Formats: sequence, structure tokens, C-alpha cells
Amino acid sequence: MSIFIDSDTRLVVQGITGRDGSFHTRQMMEYGTQVVAGVTPGKGGQTFEGPGGRTAPIFNSMDEAVAETGANTSVIYVPPAFAADAVLEAADSGVTFVVAITEGVPVLDMARAHAFARDKGVRVLGPNCPGLISPGKSKVGILPAQIVTEGPIGVVSRSGTLTYEAVFQLTNVGLGQTTCVGIGGDPLIGTNFIDCLKAFQADPDTTAVVMIGEIGGTDEQEAAAFVKEHMTKPVVGFIAGQTAPPGRRMGHAGAIISGSAGTAEEKMKAFADNGIAVAKRPADIVGLIQDAIA
Amino acid sequence: MDIHEYQAKERFIAAGIPVPPGRIATTADEAEAIARDFGGPVMVKAQVHSGGRGKAGGVKYAADAAAAREHASRILGMDIKGLTVEKVLVTPAEDIASEAYVGVLVDRKTQAATFMVSAEGGMDIEEVAATNPDAIRRLAVDPRYGLLPHQAYWLANFLYEEPAHIRQAASVIARLYDSFVDSGASMTEINPLITTPDGAVKAIDAKMSIDDNELFRRPDVAAMRDNSAEPASETKAREASLSYVKLDGSVGCCVNGAGLAMATMDLVKYYGGEPANFLDIGGSSNPDKVVAALEIITSDPNVKSILFNIFGGITRCDDVANGIVEATKRIQIDVPIVIRLTGTNEELALEILEKAGFSAYTSMDAVVEKAVQLANA
Repeated sequence: MSIFIDSDTRLVVQGITGRDGSFHTRQMMEYGTQVVAGVTPGKGGQTFEGPGGRTAPIFNSMDEAVAETGANTSVIYVPPAFAADAVLEAADSGVTFVVAITEGVPVLDMARAHAFARDKGVRVLGPNCPGLISPGKSKVGILPAQIVTEGPIGVVSRSGTLTYEAVFQLTNVGLGQTTCVGIGGDPLIGTNFIDCLKAFQADPDTTAVVMIGEIGGTDEQEAAAFVKEHMTKPVVGFIAGQTAPPGRRMGHAGAIISGSAGTAEEKMKAFADNGIAVAKRPADIVGLIQDAIA
Repeated sequence: MDIHEYQAKERFIAAGIPVPPGRIATTADEAEAIARDFGGPVMVKAQVHSGGRGKAGGVKYAADAAAAREHASRILGMDIKGLTVEKVLVTPAEDIASEAYVGVLVDRKTQAATFMVSAEGGMDIEEVAATNPDAIRRLAVDPRYGLLPHQAYWLANFLYEEPAHIRQAASVIARLYDSFVDSGASMTEINPLITTPDGAVKAIDAKMSIDDNELFRRPDVAAMRDNSAEPASETKAREASLSYVKLDGSVGCCVNGAGLAMATMDLVKYYGGEPANFLDIGGSSNPDKVVAALEIITSDPNVKSILFNIFGGITRCDDVANGIVEATKRIQIDVPIVIRLTGTNEELALEILEKAGFSAYTSMDAVVEKAVQLANA
């Protein structure tokens, strides 16, 4: 098993003809993701030529793409100015899961898009996220496939490349993953730590979870309380930003210590207080997971 | 992006919020002339992107033009939390009967623009929230409907007893929401919102932060950026679309991805070094970006070694490798560079670097330890 995506995922790529969209569509096709359609307004009727003779029909709108192909998931690579509209369109098209990769989306646009998606009962992942991968089944987004392998560990993170770092180290010692999810570095995200922890707890194949947080907000603290209350599976945590100065945005729009709130220290304390083993550096994650499942 | 008080007040005035008149002075002479024009007593207020201006002595009451001159000459050039005061706002001093707080920010929990109002104005709202949470009324604005008139009244009702005050405050709150949205703000506050003895409600201070992601479609707001309020290296980084924060250490860091960049800085500290900066070269990297990154890092005289930590996802390792090779050809780099590259197209990248005479690491711990050792040598 896995969470959110598997071999039944039928994916439509919004922004399939752009530089990033086309590059990563090829990567997803190569991995075996069922890319059933692409959407680029004005390019309907064309065909996306993927690797190994794989193709996907291109449509002008999400509505057509879903009606024609039975897509159930979408991934968004469109530029920031149009990304929130793409989320709205996807949430209105019949897919049940929308993965927004785009970074730099105005936050008030996303407030509206998240509210709309919630009303429609559609799960949004991101924006400003690397997407997710269920090794051996499906990959949606930009995670490099060569660093994952099938196995029992769930990984959830606010970061992109830091997730790769942790996953790579797990893979190198033979600890595979059920699903690796990057929830995104923006202040307003559609799927949070608790949503992922719930799904991992319910997934029979996941035996332990790695949770990677960072400075800013209180998602990690709430997730820690959730772990204590509701999880029987062990969780190992890491927090980035111990050396980040307060009041400065550290790359991610959501990675900022406001006043005295959202520090790495308080998050690590919340983890430790709620039974989550805390890794001091990324290289310690593997050992803690090995201890947890031994 | 933070904007100055006088700029936030311009936004407020455009939205119809009552704000006392004010003008900007960059010299004591100008401050005196402005105070003379206004006639009565004035406030002289430092314009810097920092809280605690008053405590730092950057906000002064001046009974007349001569006093305004004296205060301005002391405040201009003053250092407030590392920022030099280049401008003061001169504004008539108001008679204050009461002070309230009105603020709105994008709240993560409610996922919406969320108001906070309190009758305890003039104080740090975080402090009020910590010590007396019942003194704050909150309202999350549904993004589908915007702030509704009765909601503005509900907030205003919490601040005042007098119907006239409530009516004026509800109007201020509604207009503040408009200004917040029209400015693409992530936070704005009026602290304090005052009542005067003759019954008027006015905003005598203003604060606003803009969501950086809004700037591309709001040129009028983007034009309010004050480059003198940040180190030159940060301005250059932004122009090159790099995310950079200058710190005080000696290990220059160039990393792709904000989370990995923070974790790399933390690891520098773990191995006994101090990071010189946060720098995220971002996704879809091109060689020019790496060149700009190296120029920015090497312009910091504290930097004793440079550390690349690249994990390729959207960023292709070969792009970064090309950038490093090109940058080292274009500019003189006198400090050692250590490189770690892994992920998408890593074989291509290693080939490029080896051809150019670099050796690349694959372990993050090994490369950070090496960089710290070189910086501390």
C-alpha cells in the first residue's frame, strides 16, 4: 500500500508543454506513472511525445481532459500568476487530488483556492512542493526517482531537497519507502503534517514515519500532539533552521520565525515531549529509524 | 517585503482611512521647515523597517519647529537594530483620548486573512496575546465573501462604547481590509488607532508587509522597495532571483532548496563552524544564477571557504556544475570551494567538474566538515 497515489493514479499534467512541465512529465512517464492527459490552453488536439513511445493527448481544459480520459489526479507546473486558477480549475473538474508544484503563488490567491477545494472535497498538496512518490507504483511531481525504493517507511516533509537527502540515506541502507510526500514550504498549504500522519497510520504497509519540519508556524507542534494522541507507529523527526535568525524569511515563504514563535528549538522540544525521536542532523535519521523498528 | 510607515500611510489614505497629514524629511533643515508649516507641536518619527522604534529613541515629540530640528538631527543617521535611519516622518502631534489596536494578517491556521483587534492599543500585540488573550478579538475573513459589513461592526464593537466611535472604527476596519487586499499584503496593522477628545478616530501609526509573490502584478507597490533598508548583497541576490540572507560566519553556503540550505547551515554549526549566509539557488537553475551566487558570497570579506550542497530534483546537477566552472573562469575566487552534487544528472555533473579539475563529494557530512575545517584553518 501507499498513501494518496498508487498504480491506479491516472494523472493529468497542467502546463505539460512548459520547460519544467515537459521535462518532469517525461521523468514521470519513465517511472511508470500513468500520465493520461496534459492540459495547455490553446494546444488542445496536440499530442505529448514521451520517452519510449509513450504519449499523452493534450486538451485545452481540465474539464475535457477528465471527461475524455477519466483522470483522477492532477499536477500543476503552470507559472505563479496562473497557478491558483489552475488549482480552482482542477478542483472543479472531477479529479480528487491536486498536486501544486509551482513556487511563488500569491498567498491570498491560495486562500481562495484552498477554500474552494475544501468545499469540493478535493485534496490539494502544496503549493510550492516537490509532490510525492509511492516507490514502484507512481510518482507525481519532481522527486528524483533514482533515490527511492520500495519499503515500509513513510516520509513527510515541508522541504524538497532536504526530503531527498533523508530518503537517499534511507535507501542507501536498504530502508525503502511506502510514500514520500513533500507538503510544501508556503504558509498556506492544502495537506499538512497531520493529514499525512493520519494516512500513514492507516496504511498497513507503513511501519514507521520520518517527519521533516522547519522553522515557522506551529504545524510541527500540532503534529507532535497528534502523534502522541493517535499514532501507534514510531515517528522520527528533524527540524531545519536551528541557525536561522528571527524575522527573516529563509527561502520558503513559510519559513520565518515571527517574534519568538516558530523556532527550531520549540519544535524540537514539542517532538521530544511527545515521544518523537529527534535527529540532530540529517545523517542521524537512519539510525533512529533503525532503532524504532528494531 | 516591508514598507515604511509613511508608505503604509499612503496606502491607508488611498483606501480612505483617516490619517493625520505628514511629510518626509531627510535633513534637520527639512524637518524644521515641515514642522513650521504644520504650526503646532509635531512628532518626529524614524522610518526604518523595525519594531521598537520608540524604545530606541527614534520617535520624539517636538513642541515647536526648533525642537523638531533638534530631534531630527539626532534621529537621522541613528542606528536602530542594525538599520540606519535615512528619513524621518514629521506629522502633527494628536491629542489622544484612547488607543486601540487593529491588525490583519494571513493566518496559517485559519488559512485566511485574519483580524485581531484590541482596546489595549500602543502595546506589542504578541505580548497582549501572551498575557491577556481575552483582550483580543479575532475574525478570519472568508476569502469567498471578503469582510462583511456586520463583521466590521462586530470587531469595532469590541473596541468602543460610543456609537460614533464604533461607526468610524467599522469604516476604518473595512477600509483596512480593502487596503490589505489591494496592496497584496501579508500583514498590516494600525497601532495605535486613536480617538481624539473631539470624537474622531484616526490611524496615527501604520505598518505593512507585502507578500513578495504579489510584487510581479503590483508595480506601484513594488516601487516602494527601499534598497537602503537592506545589505547591498541582498539587493543583488534578489535581482538575480536568489534567496539570500547575510549572516556573520565564515562558511559561505550555496545550496538548492530552502530546507536543505537551512539544514546545511545547521550542520556547519554542528561541526564547529559558523555559516556566512543562507543562500538558496532555487529550482530550474541556470549557470548565470550560480555565477551571481558566487559573486555575492565572495563579496563578503568574512567568507573563508565556500560550500556547495546540491541535491538535484528540478535543479539539474549538470546546470550547477557548468555554473561553477563558468563562474570560476569569470571571477577571481581566493577562497577554497568544496562541492557536493547528487541527484538528477549527477554523472554528467561529476564529469564536467572533474574535467575542470574539481573534486566532488557525495556525502553532506563529509563536505560540510571539510568546509568548516578550511574556514577555521
